[in-house]
Amino acid sequence: MESATTLTTLVILFPLLGFLINGLIGLSSDSFREKKTLIGTIANLAVFIPFAIAVYFFLNMGQGAAPVFAELFTWIEVGSFSVDIAYQLDQLSIVMMLVVTGVGFLIHLYSIGYMWGDEGYWKFFAFLNLFIFAMLNLVMADNLLLLFLGWEGVGLCSYLLIGFWYEDMANAAAGSKAFWYNRVGDFAFLVAMFLTFQYVGSLDFDMVLGNLDAIPADGKFWIGLLMFIGATGKSAQIPLFVWLPDAMAGPTSVSALIHAATMVTSGIYLISRMSEMFVMAPEVMMIIAVIGALTAFVAATIAITQNDIKRVLAYSTVSQLGYMFLALGSGAFTAAMFHVVTHAFFKACLFLGSGSVIHAMEHVEHGLHNEGKDVHFDPQDMRFMGGLKEYMPSTYKTFLLATIAIAGIPPLAGFFSKDEILAFTFNAGFGEFAGSLYLILWGIGIITAFLTAFYMFRLTFGTFNGEFKLPEKISEAAGGEKFLHESPKTMTIPLWTLGGLSVVGGFLGVPNFLLATFTHHEEHINLLHNWLHNVTADFGLTLSHATEWMLMGISIVIAVAGVYSAYRMYGSGATESSDAKLSDWFGGLYQTWKEKYNLDELYEGVVVDPIVRMSDKGLAKFDMKIVDGVVNTVGGVVRLFGSVFRYTQTGVTSSYALAFILGVILILSMLIL
Amino acid sequence: MIGIDWFLALSALLFCIGIVGVLIRKNAIVIFMCVELMLNAVNLSLVSFSSHYGNIDGQILVFFSLAIAAAEAVVGLAIIIAIFRNNLSVDISNINLLRW
Repeated sequence: MESATTLTTLVILFPLLGFLINGLIGLSSDSFREKKTLIGTIANLAVFIPFAIAVYFFLNMGQGAAPVFAELFTWIEVGSFSVDIAYQLDQLSIVMMLVVTGVGFLIHLYSIGYMWGDEGYWKFFAFLNLFIFAMLNLVMADNLLLLFLGWEGVGLCSYLLIGFWYEDMANAAAGSKAFWYNRVGDFAFLVAMFLTFQYVGSLDFDMVLGNLDAIPADGKFWIGLLMFIGATGKSAQIPLFVWLPDAMAGPTSVSALIHAATMVTSGIYLISRMSEMFVMAPEVMMIIAVIGALTAFVAATIAITQNDIKRVLAYSTVSQLGYMFLALGSGAFTAAMFHVVTHAFFKACLFLGSGSVIHAMEHVEHGLHNEGKDVHFDPQDMRFMGGLKEYMPSTYKTFLLATIAIAGIPPLAGFFSKDEILAFTFNAGFGEFAGSLYLILWGIGIITAFLTAFYMFRLTFGTFNGEFKLPEKISEAAGGEKFLHESPKTMTIPLWTLGGLSVVGGFLGVPNFLLATFTHHEEHINLLHNWLHNVTADFGLTLSHATEWMLMGISIVIAVAGVYSAYRMYGSGATESSDAKLSDWFGGLYQTWKEKYNLDELYEGVVVDPIVRMSDKGLAKFDMKIVDGVVNTVGGVVRLFGSVFRYTQTGVTSSYALAFILGVILILSMLIL
Repeated sequence: MIGIDWFLALSALLFCIGIVGVLIRKNAIVIFMCVELMLNAVNLSLVSFSSHYGNIDGQILVFFSLAIAAAEAVVGLAIIIAIFRNNLSVDISNINLLRW
């Protein structure tokens, strides 16, 4: 791989070029903005070429091969502190590159159709390219600071894209909210970087991970904890997850990109990258596992009660990310990356599918308006849908495939990755540190698996089964179904590709024991594990094959039970009556879920309001009286002196000359005497 | 032979006349001429010393100061003309825009 440096540069440069071309020319030329095919082609190529190069890297990098470094130039050099713009190609970063550019490309392709009628078409693609550029910096960086550059970059892009339709105040506010919640986490990450530099004297990954002895045990604890807090911001975990559901304000393809391929996976990537340090801090691992399991459960319960299809998916993402953190905390870094990959396939498919549905619903609204009927409804609300499978067969089939995958039905993608996570959590239950706690977390994981299957099928049945409900909800909308139609090819091709990947993606990580049981060969058939084993520090599985079979059996039974209960309640598309039943059964608990545990209100009351009040009452007064007072006093004294001495400025030339001459005489006489 | 004292005394006298002129006259052109007078007083003492010590350096300096005085006169007169065009007067007691 001697040409690695050149190719790496190209991988980084193409998305940046795409951003610059579409952004700058679009900014200055109105006629360029109209050339939508050209803009879309540029943006898609800017992601597809890096994907092709990533595939080349993948084919040329052997399992267990040493990392390749591509050092471009020195970025910062101050004293003993030196940071390069340098990229590291190893098995982990190549997996992430493939996901980011591969899934990212499909989302770009889909956006051509989805955003066609939008006024900001050029701007949208420019931002999307910038997002990919930032994310590639994040996953390819060979040091923490360059990673942080990408980390902040995706934060900026999410702000720009969530608030893409900025003319609506609510969207702009959602963008700001995502930005602010991420800043909280980023602050912790920054402190973790300072600590790392203090102990090791370098921010390069191979230097830090090679000198872990230089960091004392409590240093590892704090660095690990602070990095994890950073990750809770980006990857939307308790307590910082509330921004992600609001991120639905952006265009659907953005949601897909944020939720599946980019931003939210960065926290998992960071911890996997630093896994050798994390395994030495078991307390942090425990905290990560607990937070992950709780997040998975909390988000899943909220997802059951939501009616906005994109919001259900958003909470589902938060929940699945919780699974990934549960894996990280259980020492199953490969399993976490495995779930990142499979989740990227089926969640991207689900989001793009939901976009296709919303697209169709908006067409119904426009069609009715053209008939002169003044009908208004929320095109994302599944209570108005139902029966869509007849009108949108491609969307329905791919959505169903992805739903089966996420629900954990074998042998689709989500089954293997989720099963591996649960097996490792169970395995950690017999470890030296906090064993029984991990068993409880495994229990939470199992319950969440049931909930996942349940809410995902509730969503699918509610959207696609039964009758089209809009006409019965709004009598004016009668006959609206004739406007329903399948989306264009640029949207269905990515859907089918992702749907296919959701089916086969799981075979990347078939557990080893499946082969071992039948052939008595203890061969490693888990491809992803073989691929990543020299980068991530996995704990070994010590369970017997019988236990593993039992765990897998439980996973299957739970998933099937979830699907079956959802079918019993929602199979006919009766969303609202079944929701009412659930509400009756769970009472106050259901209300809490529906109100999202009131976290937003809690933060508003406990954090935001006191700060605003303190600023209003205290700090503003301090600023006006004390700070301004000091500044004005200094100014006043100067003015006072000026008011005396300005009278010497007579403007009469001869008096100046006299003063000048007297001065000369004075100096001369002093020199002579 | 007249001693150097006489030349220096004349130079000092010219210089003082120049100073007094600069201080008490109001016509900008006259002030300007007084400045020239002061310059020439200095030139006179330079030439005197040069001849007294038999050293050429002083005379060379005079050439420089004459050349600079000529250049200065060009700029100074141009400024005075510009002021006159604006004020229709070169009385410096009227030109006091920079007063408090």
